[in-house]
Amino acid sequence: MPISEWRTDDHRIQEPECKGEERMSDVAAQPAPSLLANGWIRTGLITAAVIAAIAIGARIDPSGTIHKVFVDPFQQMVEAPDLLAQTVWEGLVSGVLYALIALGFVLIFKASGVFNFAQGIMVVFAALTLVGLHEKGVPAFLAVILTLGVMFVLAATIERVVLRPLVNQPDIILFMATFGITYFLIGFGESVFGGNPKQMITSELYLPKGAIDAKILGGLVSFQKIDIAAAVIASLMIAALAVFFQYTRIGRALRAVADSHKAALSVGISLNQIWVIVWFTAGIVALITGIMWGARSDVSFALEIVALKALPVLILGGFTSIPGAIVGGLIIGIGEKLGEFYWGPLIGGGIESWLAYFIALGFLLFRPQGLFGDKIIERI
Amino acid sequence: MSTATLEQPAPVTATDTILSLNNIEVIYDHVVLVLKGVSLTVPRKGIVAILGANGAGKTTTLKAISNLLKAERGEVTKGSIVFDGERVDRMSPNELVRRGCIQVMEGRHCFGHLSIEENLLTGAFTRRDGNAAIKRDLEKIYELFPRLKQRRNSQAGYTSGGEQQMCAVGRAMMSKPKMILLDEPSMGLAPQIVEEIFEIVRRLNAEDGVSFLVAEQNTNMALRYATYGYIMETGRVVMDGEAQMLRENEDVKEFYLGVAEGNKKSFREVKSYKRRKRWLS
Repeated sequence: MPISEWRTDDHRIQEPECKGEERMSDVAAQPAPSLLANGWIRTGLITAAVIAAIAIGARIDPSGTIHKVFVDPFQQMVEAPDLLAQTVWEGLVSGVLYALIALGFVLIFKASGVFNFAQGIMVVFAALTLVGLHEKGVPAFLAVILTLGVMFVLAATIERVVLRPLVNQPDIILFMATFGITYFLIGFGESVFGGNPKQMITSELYLPKGAIDAKILGGLVSFQKIDIAAAVIASLMIAALAVFFQYTRIGRALRAVADSHKAALSVGISLNQIWVIVWFTAGIVALITGIMWGARSDVSFALEIVALKALPVLILGGFTSIPGAIVGGLIIGIGEKLGEFYWGPLIGGGIESWLAYFIALGFLLFRPQGLFGDKIIERI
Repeated sequence: MSTATLEQPAPVTATDTILSLNNIEVIYDHVVLVLKGVSLTVPRKGIVAILGANGAGKTTTLKAISNLLKAERGEVTKGSIVFDGERVDRMSPNELVRRGCIQVMEGRHCFGHLSIEENLLTGAFTRRDGNAAIKRDLEKIYELFPRLKQRRNSQAGYTSGGEQQMCAVGRAMMSKPKMILLDEPSMGLAPQIVEEIFEIVRRLNAEDGVSFLVAEQNTNMALRYATYGYIMETGRVVMDGEAQMLRENEDVKEFYLGVAEGNKKSFREVKSYKRRKRWLS
């Protein structure tokens, strides 16, 4: 490969990030626009240079790699907008579910400073408990309530057995403790409900089945009803959480704890109580996520791999931001599907499983606090 | 002497004493002995000052009372703390706030990402007397601190140091306390603001009957508003007395007010150095 191509190859990696960073930083950096003015100009110049280089490269060699990578996929998108819409929709749906898992992480991280590695497994555990209880003859809706009860007991137990004795220990110790929780939940779940994959009880929970085919953009786009339901339920839950955090006494206390543990203690907020509440909330989020994921595939511990996708989502969105988790989830979900569909064939497919981590790596290099990471308020 | 006899006098004195510390000892991290037997009392509806240099143990004393020590791996290992006729040295901060004793920490510690109004409302976390009462008290706080009302919707992190201190005091008031432990209210503030804050302390004390225990380095200011003072040095109370008396004491003048002449280095070289009550434990 000639040297000039190497260079542009390099740029291929940089280009989408520059764009993303530029677009998003204007949301994240509103308090200090003057500081970013320089960065903006620089980013803009780099982006323009990269685009110009690509355009020239593609013009010189219309059948070469550059054309295939930078021009052809976009031509396809324009030529078949219905396919694009279908891909984006599918990405959106999996993005919503990634966002939900990441949301559970963020809740716990903000309130107790614990990076909860077990969040992914809590999703599986909740879904498994629900299906397992139903298999044992419990009516569907009673099973949902019982599962919520189990999640509450789990939250209270974790607070009592893990968090309380380890409070004030270094973060890494609490992180390791969540590894312990992960493997405990896997073992416990398997021994009680068995390790074989199960079917989610979608029809018993009155979740819709089938698909709607809509004629848009000159083609047929099919929307799975369960996906629509997932998106709607997820949005409702996020709205409910936002209201809960913003306007209730407990929600306010949760935000206070997230802000400063010490100050929260000093005004008489009981950290132990808050931790139980926040782990329980994360448990509820896990259950809903579990139902939705389970409806799209089987309920089994293989879901854990999918749950790990929450990591790149968090790196993208910032560990402390709920909007970040949501936007990050959508970006990863859509980016993955688009990458797989349009760029996957160029290298023989399989992009979907690693693209998210690749994007996350880029973010770690250039914007480690994520898109919406904590604004640090400093008094001057 | 057994602890049983120590507990006896508490209910008797409860009528005029709201807080009494009896020879408490605090150890951090199981190793570092920070308080070496501190005893003090705060009369009901009184303002008492703890004075002393950095590292004298003022903050630790306040944290021992409010039990925020545990969060910093500290522990009261000896002695007793009686608040409002009840032993409180094993209580969580949450229970203590419920009983009416709240601390305003050194350096304000407002919730930076919450608005001023939300900050004030978090102070009412332990209250159970309904939203109407809380709303009423919120208005009262705004009346005391008109500046907080102006800035009610701005994020506390972006307000000035004085506003944050007011916010912290207002937040503590929202819990309807009988007693506020105020740690270094003057830290990093202009003299004018410090005076404003002490005026509020006096007003709260006179109007609502709130008792105050104030830890201060600004000896001059503290002794003007307090009725009684304790001077601490390296984890001990080395002197105590009426504020009037302390203001006029030559040694205090020399060490803390910086007006007398001489070159004594420590209170221990001074005649009035007070031995701790060794006979108690």
